[in-house]
Amino acid sequence: MTLPTRTAASPAPAPRSPAVSERERGGEPVLSVRDLKTHFRLDEGVVRAVDGVSFDLYPGEVVGIVGESGCGKSITMKSILRLVQPPGRIVGGEIRYRRPEPVGEARRRYKPFEADLARLPPQGRRMRQVRGGDIALIPQEPMASFSPLHTIGEQIVEAIRLHEPMPKARAREVAIAKLREVGMPSPEQRFSAYSWQLSGGLRQRAIIAMALACNPSVLIADEPTTAIDVTTQAQVLELLKRLQADHGSSILFITHDLGVIAQVADHVVVMYLGKVMEQGPVSDIFHRPRHPYTRALLKSMPSLHSEPRVALPTVAGSIPHPLHRPRGCAFHPRCPDFMPGRCDVRVPALSAAGGRSPVACFLHHDEVEGGGHDA
Amino acid sequence: MHWYILKRLAIVPLMLFLFSVIAFALIQAPPGDFLTSYIAELAQGGSSLDQAQIDALRRQYGLDRPIYEQYFLWVGSLLKGDLGISLEWRRSNAELIGERLLLTLALTTGSLIFTWLVAIPIGIVSATRQYSAVDYLFTVLNYVGLATPNFMLALVLMWVAFDRFGVSVTGLFSPEYAQAPWSWARFADLMSHIWLPMIVLGVAGTAQIARVVRANLLDELGKPYAEMARAKGLPEWKLVLKYPTRVAIAPVVSTLGWYFPQLLSGGLVVSVVMSLPTVGPLLLRALVGQDMYLAGTIILIFCVLTVIGTLVSDILLAVLDPRIRMDAA
Amino acid sequence: MQPGSELVPVEKTDRVPDGAGESAEVVAAGPAVYVAPAWKLTWWRFRKHKLAVACLWVFAVVALIALAPEFFATQDPNATAASNAYIPPQTVRVLHEGRVTWPFVYGVRGERNQRTLRMEWALDEETRYPLRLFARGYPYRLFGLIPTDRHLLGFEGATGRDTPRLLGTDRLGRDQWSRLMYGTRISLSIGLVAVALSTVLGIVLGGVSGYFGGWVDNVIQRLIELLQALPPIPIWLALSASLPRTWPVTWVYFAITVILALLGWTRLAREVRGRFLSLREEDFVTAARLVGASRSRVIFSHMVPSFTSHIIAAVTLAIPLMILNETFLSFLGLGLRPPAISWGVMLQEAQNLQSVVNAPWLLIPGLLVIVTVLALNILGDGLRDAADPYSS
Repeated sequence: MTLPTRTAASPAPAPRSPAVSERERGGEPVLSVRDLKTHFRLDEGVVRAVDGVSFDLYPGEVVGIVGESGCGKSITMKSILRLVQPPGRIVGGEIRYRRPEPVGEARRRYKPFEADLARLPPQGRRMRQVRGGDIALIPQEPMASFSPLHTIGEQIVEAIRLHEPMPKARAREVAIAKLREVGMPSPEQRFSAYSWQLSGGLRQRAIIAMALACNPSVLIADEPTTAIDVTTQAQVLELLKRLQADHGSSILFITHDLGVIAQVADHVVVMYLGKVMEQGPVSDIFHRPRHPYTRALLKSMPSLHSEPRVALPTVAGSIPHPLHRPRGCAFHPRCPDFMPGRCDVRVPALSAAGGRSPVACFLHHDEVEGGGHDA
Repeated sequence: MHWYILKRLAIVPLMLFLFSVIAFALIQAPPGDFLTSYIAELAQGGSSLDQAQIDALRRQYGLDRPIYEQYFLWVGSLLKGDLGISLEWRRSNAELIGERLLLTLALTTGSLIFTWLVAIPIGIVSATRQYSAVDYLFTVLNYVGLATPNFMLALVLMWVAFDRFGVSVTGLFSPEYAQAPWSWARFADLMSHIWLPMIVLGVAGTAQIARVVRANLLDELGKPYAEMARAKGLPEWKLVLKYPTRVAIAPVVSTLGWYFPQLLSGGLVVSVVMSLPTVGPLLLRALVGQDMYLAGTIILIFCVLTVIGTLVSDILLAVLDPRIRMDAA
Repeated sequence: MQPGSELVPVEKTDRVPDGAGESAEVVAAGPAVYVAPAWKLTWWRFRKHKLAVACLWVFAVVALIALAPEFFATQDPNATAASNAYIPPQTVRVLHEGRVTWPFVYGVRGERNQRTLRMEWALDEETRYPLRLFARGYPYRLFGLIPTDRHLLGFEGATGRDTPRLLGTDRLGRDQWSRLMYGTRISLSIGLVAVALSTVLGIVLGGVSGYFGGWVDNVIQRLIELLQALPPIPIWLALSASLPRTWPVTWVYFAITVILALLGWTRLAREVRGRFLSLREEDFVTAARLVGASRSRVIFSHMVPSFTSHIIAAVTLAIPLMILNETFLSFLGLGLRPPAISWGVMLQEAQNLQSVVNAPWLLIPGLLVIVTVLALNILGDGLRDAADPYSS
């Protein structure tokens, strides 16, 4: 179980571009997750991996989902893509996806599409079209995500032809162009390479090329920086930012690394044990964290400005076993601001009341999950 | 790729040499030789030979020479293409073995194909529908298939066929075709008889291979590249067949090198039970009667076939898996 | 995991080392950690596998029969009586004339067919012999030591030559049930002894090969490849055929086990070698060496325990193979020979269609083979799954 860490030296998030984001403009979100619940029915009991998660993703935006291992961020991602296998299933909530209108020449081929992905049959034609075509995944392990028996070129071509029928020769050209776009040297030769013949950084680029193959509107990056070293990490983040600017796609960035969040995210969602503890613009989360968990996470990151020879503060205790959820607020056993009688009895709702961004803590409001107020 | 094949081919002569030594040693292992058992057989029948006749026979068959000389004589004639003469049948071994070898190969390859055609789909279905009723059914059948000795299965099936249907399923040909020259009609007759021994022979191997395929596929289905293929939007059945199955089957192909001799061996037992005119029963008789040249030749042929089988499986594996071709880690 | 009284909770406290300054914090004691030895963990995991546990019981029953076959038999298994040939099984029944009664068997009546001059037997529903438990029968020595004449099953009103044959008789009039009981001992013990031999060979050679590597490994590997490339059955047949017909039964018994073991050790050796090779690279082995452990300590205290459970599972899976092999060797007449009794020897009576048609009950030993092999296979699989710490 890894605690969130910070890798970059800067204590503060990078300044955002001055352009007003869609979110602030009050536009339509591309992806709107409301009260998503994904449960696993095991012999030992029901594991509520995702238990009422809500957030929005707007066009051109990077939303970072951050939390410790086991907080449910991966399952959230899998639920959006409808990749959750039994014994897990989505038991509630909705995942509203609205295909945004592209800019430029792609506008001609635009077909509007809007659906609640949670309701679509997971293997049906429409969901399979969304998967890969509209919402693409950049997986955690690039090498293992390529089949060892097929060249990377073959697999990229397959992705292209799945969502836009075209002759193999043209698909090959498109694939090579994508490889070039992600900065792969000698893309024509690399096209016929196997994943195990490439170095770590190149594999990462190849997998990003495959994700981009169909010009998706949403990219889900599942811990893309976990498996690589810091230098390569910087390159990959640069690449992602550039691609996002070029294509106008939205990115859902899943990580436990707060430093990376600071670099790329516009909006942050902090998760713990399947629930959202706090969300908000990245500057709010970093400069004015409100939830005790967020505060503890930020305090636990080493920085150039920490006092030397002092033990790093840690978040007290450890993550409870998902089958033994604490009563009331899931964080209360480890919370320094724990209020007996309140926090261990009722579950605080994720509410924006009493401030700017939503937070799930009785310190800031008294709304209870499921409606109503705490006495 | 070529290096890979050449390397494998280079070992073959050495192995054949070693096998010939082993085969020869095995034949010579029992005390006495062909003549002693021949004499014993004669004695049972009431006749006997006097010492002079025995000595003459000994010289004639070269049984009075030292062991290593006999070995070289044997290998020498083998290399010249002369398979020798059966001491018991007094016919050339080549003649005796000839057609039986063909039938043995037909039975063995037939079983092999049957096994793969059945086991691989069973394994795939079991893995993709894990814990379903079909999976349990196949698992049960697998276990029982593995536990049943193939001769037992042969006996039971023969009995059932006789008891219920009044059909006698011994042999590979109907009486009228048994000694006839080859023709399409004879071939058709063979086909109508060979399917039962093929199935009996293949059952144990099918069970084993289906289990291996299921286990491998279950492993592969959860791997990241399968997830990725799903995330790309591939329909489940297509992605299963294209990606994890190919990886899961590769080890099965490599087991060909082990499975082929198993089938050859197993065919021996089934042939004895079902009275099939293949090499097996011939070998049994030769061993019991210490018909040295015949037994040794047959054993060597078995070994050669095994080596060929291993070679074929190695090549197939290299074709299927580029990691082996390119000597990747 | 089920924490029981055998488990030892270990208290954890995190203390910051001294000299770290005033702002050092003491973290509260962490949750208790329970420890148990590896074999116990394996056993608990195994217990969850209901089917495998059931097979353990089945095997226990078979093993019990093997330990004291005389107790389970009803008559002398070697007593021949040509006039009693091919009597059909006199099965235990509980229904007589539509009513449930104490278990019993019907008698048999034999008539000589005037044409074929063979005895033909039919069930005689007039005579009934009730079943008795712990009845008196022919004398024997339990475990070779305790003289007694008590048997598990007996029949009231029929003793000695008239004792009913629960599974019929064979060509020589021998009681199949008793032979089956006696045969269990030989079949099972051959399997165990052969496996024990090949295990020793396999572990030693495989371990040496895996641990030392280099040319030792090469030589042993080539040897294994050579042996595995040999088609097993012709080699076995040749080896068995070379056993002189004049050898006493016990010599033949041991020779057969040696022959079976000679070709069987290669599988285990390869597995052991594979494990050693991968274990050698494991960090915990490197750590042990760095701490200064001697080579033998590294091998025996660190590496061996981590694959002991696997060895046990592999051995359990090897036993049924040996049983199958002995069965068909004897079936072909090249394994054990009469007067030795094993399942394979019994099945030799059913070697062709004619015999099977005349007396289908001669196939019953095969059923026992299947059941035992099945049980051992499932047991072995369950053990293997339980022993693997990485499986779910």
